[in-house]
Amino acid sequence: MSEHKIVDACNTYCPGPLMELITYMRQAAVGDTIELLSTDSGTANDVPEWVNKIGHELISSEQVGDVWHLTVRKAK
Amino acid sequence: MRVLVVGGGTGGTIVANNLARRLAPEIRARKAKITMLSASDQHMYQPGLLYVAFGQMMPDELYRDQRSLLESNIDFHVDPVEKFELDKNSVTTQSGKTYEYDVIVIATGSRTMSNKIPGLEEAGDTFYTEAGAVKLFKKLREFEGGKIGIVVGVPHKCPIAPVEAAFSLHDYLKARGIRDKVEIKYHYPINRMHSIENVAIWAKPEFDRMGIEIETLFNVEEVDVENKVVKSMEGSEYAFDILISIPEHHGMETIESNNLGPDGWIPTDRNSLKMEGYDNVYVVGDTTNLPVSKTGSAAHFEAEVISENIASIIKIGAPVKEYDGKVYCFIEAGHDKATYAMFNYENPPDLKAANKSMHWFKMSYNKMYWASVRGLL
Ligand SMILES: Cc1cc2nc3c(=O)[nH]c(=O)nc-3n(C[C@H](O)[C@H](O)[C@H](O)COP(=O)(O)OP(=O)(O)OC[C@H]3O[C@@H](n4cnc5c(N)ncnc54)[C@H](O)[C@@H]3O)c2cc1C
Repeated sequence: MSEHKIVDACNTYCPGPLMELITYMRQAAVGDTIELLSTDSGTANDVPEWVNKIGHELISSEQVGDVWHLTVRKAK
Repeated sequence: MRVLVVGGGTGGTIVANNLARRLAPEIRARKAKITMLSASDQHMYQPGLLYVAFGQMMPDELYRDQRSLLESNIDFHVDPVEKFELDKNSVTTQSGKTYEYDVIVIATGSRTMSNKIPGLEEAGDTFYTEAGAVKLFKKLREFEGGKIGIVVGVPHKCPIAPVEAAFSLHDYLKARGIRDKVEIKYHYPINRMHSIENVAIWAKPEFDRMGIEIETLFNVEEVDVENKVVKSMEGSEYAFDILISIPEHHGMETIESNNLGPDGWIPTDRNSLKMEGYDNVYVVGDTTNLPVSKTGSAAHFEAEVISENIASIIKIGAPVKEYDGKVYCFIEAGHDKATYAMFNYENPPDLKAANKSMHWFKMSYNKMYWASVRGLL
């Protein structure tokens, strides 16, 4: 069974949302999805760039109020 | 009230000392007791390892006897915890003893996991351990020229260390008169050269000026030990003569084996610092899963919140503080200059230009640390 995990990286500057996502992706199994919550608008560009380069899959990216929700599936 | 502190590093020591002073009357009246269990009778000032790697400090300068750092009313034992039974309010130690508590503070720190990446342990040099820092120094001392790569795993303690290592390396090679014979290439896992945007904005031009090359989006996948090549998940590679590695960290093995949190990171409430699901379990320092940097500084500010709250709960029945994510980090910038980054959950760091007085402040702090863990600063 694949798991879906929410990682709350709102209001964090160091190590920051993308580093949090990398940490949780390393713990996840192939097929799992992680939904990253971030208040840093840069995350909306940083995450897709990292996901594409590594070869994971960006499922969705949307802003709800001040919070970005980026869902990524671990592909390898 | 029995308070059990597990771990005698930065966070655990500050919690225990701070609490011992606040609860002195209760301890004297035998209404409270503070016990600390640790894995070592020595306390290491870990930031000093960076200086050891460049011949600026000797390893023996980094240690103090743990007992000598503790208030005399703390019951201290070198007897690491092996089993946590949080639902029964008890732990069992290596010696087979069982300790019961009313409140527990977990402060067991983190460890490097070079062995997770094939080849990294054999081919990489890390200054995150005493033996590693000494070995790296000896290698650099004999180095006559070639290529040095710096690679970074996620997560790791002290997020500023990769940048400081690059500056110190540049300085050291310059002082040896061989900087022009060495290529330094810094590799970083995300798409800018440091996780803190303002640090990246400040450090990038400094790297350019020093001729330190940068490759971003480089997550180490494996190291070919024989051919001395490090390969990234993103598909690029770097042939090196020396590979300085800041490896991925986990929490301690005991935390993992007791299933307190994935990879040894304990789920912790970001304001109360209680372990999720438990009212009498506090977590401090590196072993939290908090989205703040794993630093002695974060451990220090968290420890103050935890000790004030445990004391006030005992005295007036209510907590008085919340952790606001505060961290203060010195940043050694080379050329005997330094700056600092201060931030919390709400405010990003605003970096000032590096100057000599901040460097000397950091050098003094290297000594003042011992007053700080005693809870005197
Ligand atoms: C090279 C380097 C440079 C650094 N630079 C900086 C810096 O400039 N600024 C900064 O703020 N931070 C810096 N740090 C990070 C800082 O040292 C750590 O973040 C800090 O020590 C964390 O404190 P802690 O209490 O969580 O863990 P630690 O201080 O590591 O203490 C953990 C304690 O737990 C004990 N323990 C382990 N397992 C058990 C067990 N099973 N039972 C009982 N006890 C146990 C250990 O013996 C130890 O006493 C640096 C670290 C390194 C390695």
